Amino acid sequence: MPGPKANVDAADDPDDGDDGVRIDMISGARMEGLTTMEKIRLILDGVRDGNIVILEEGLSPDEESRLIEVTMTEISPDDFTGIEIETYPKAEAGDQSFLDKLMGRESTQKLTVIGPANRIETLHKDENLISTLVSRK
Amino acid sequence: MGLLTNLRDSISRVTDGLFAADEPKRIGIYGPPNAGKTTLANRIARDWTGDAVGPESHIPHETRRARRKENVEIERNGRKVTIDIVDTPGVTTKVDYKEFLDHDMEKDDAVRRSREATEGVAEAMHWLREDVDGVIYVLDSTTDPFTQVNTMLIGIIESQDLPALILANKTDLPGSDVQQIANAFPQHETIPLSALEGDNMDEVYTKIAEYFG
Repeated sequence: MPGPKANVDAADDPDDGDDGVRIDMISGARMEGLTTMEKIRLILDGVRDGNIVILEEGLSPDEESRLIEVTMTEISPDDFTGIEIETYPKAEAGDQSFLDKLMGRESTQKLTVIGPANRIETLHKDENLISTLVSRK
Repeated sequence: MGLLTNLRDSISRVTDGLFAADEPKRIGIYGPPNAGKTTLANRIARDWTGDAVGPESHIPHETRRARRKENVEIERNGRKVTIDIVDTPGVTTKVDYKEFLDHDMEKDDAVRRSREATEGVAEAMHWLREDVDGVIYVLDSTTDPFTQVNTMLIGIIESQDLPALILANKTDLPGSDVQQIANAFPQHETIPLSALEGDNMDEVYTKIAEYFG
C-alpha cells in the first residue's frame, strides 16, 4: 500500500530553494481509508516542511484531539512551534440525517486549513469567512 | 440455570449502579490558556474543602500538569454531588518559548516551561478522551470566543457526549461580553461569573449539581 505522504518528488518541488509558499490541497478521497495516525502524519509532515495543508473534508473531533496531542509532542524550541488550524465553526447538527445520528456517524465535512504556527496568522474568522495571512519563510 | 444467570446479572447491575452512583464524577476544567481555570478550581476547592488546587498566574501555561482535587462535596438545594475536580492546562495548538521571554524569564526557564506546557496539553487531551465524566469549559468573557481551539474543543466534548457547562469568566473586568459567548455556543447554556471575585458562584454551584449530580 502506498504511504500517505502527499509530497511531490523533490525534483518537482517548487518550494525547494525559493521563498514561495506551497499549498497542498488534499481531497476527501485521498484521506478516505487512511487511519487516524496516517492522516495526522500526512498533515504534520507537510506542515513541518513549511507547507500549508488544506483538507477538503476536515477531520473528525477525535482526530482533531489526537492531532493536537501529537502536535504537542513534536514541538521543539527553535524548530517547530506548533500548528495554526482553521475550520468554519461547526454547522448545526441539523445537517445530519436522522439515520446518521442514530448510527453515530459524524459529518466531518468542513474545509480545514492547517499551517505552521510561525507562518500562518488568522486575520478574521466567522461562520462564513476565514481570512488568513501566510508569510514566507 | 438460565434463570439463575439472569438473576445474578440483574443483581450485579443493580449493585454496580449503586456503587457507580457513589463514586465521584471526574469533572475536567478545560479552556484556553489564561481563561481563569485554576482560579475557578481554587474557588470551588476552597469553598467546599478549604484547600486550593494550585498556583494562579497571569503568565500563560502556569498550570502545566493536570491537577486533581478529590472528593469535593457540593450541596445544593438538599442535593449533594461529589466530584473530583481536574484542573487542566490551557489547550492550544502552538507553544513558543519566546513568548515567555516577555515575562522576564531566562531562556532556559522559558524552554523548560514550554516543554512542560506541551506535555501538559497532550495530557489534557488524553484526559478528555479517556478520563473525565463531564466538563466545565471556562472562557474569558473579555476575549473573542470564536477561536479554533474553542470550536474544536467544544466539538470534541460534544462528540464524546459529555455533559458540559460553559462559564463566561472575568465578568468583573471592563469589556466583559457574556452574550458574545452565548452567541458563539448557542447549543449550550452559558453561566456568567467572576471566579476571582466570587461573583455568581451560587448559580455556578447550582448548575454543577444539576449537570453532574
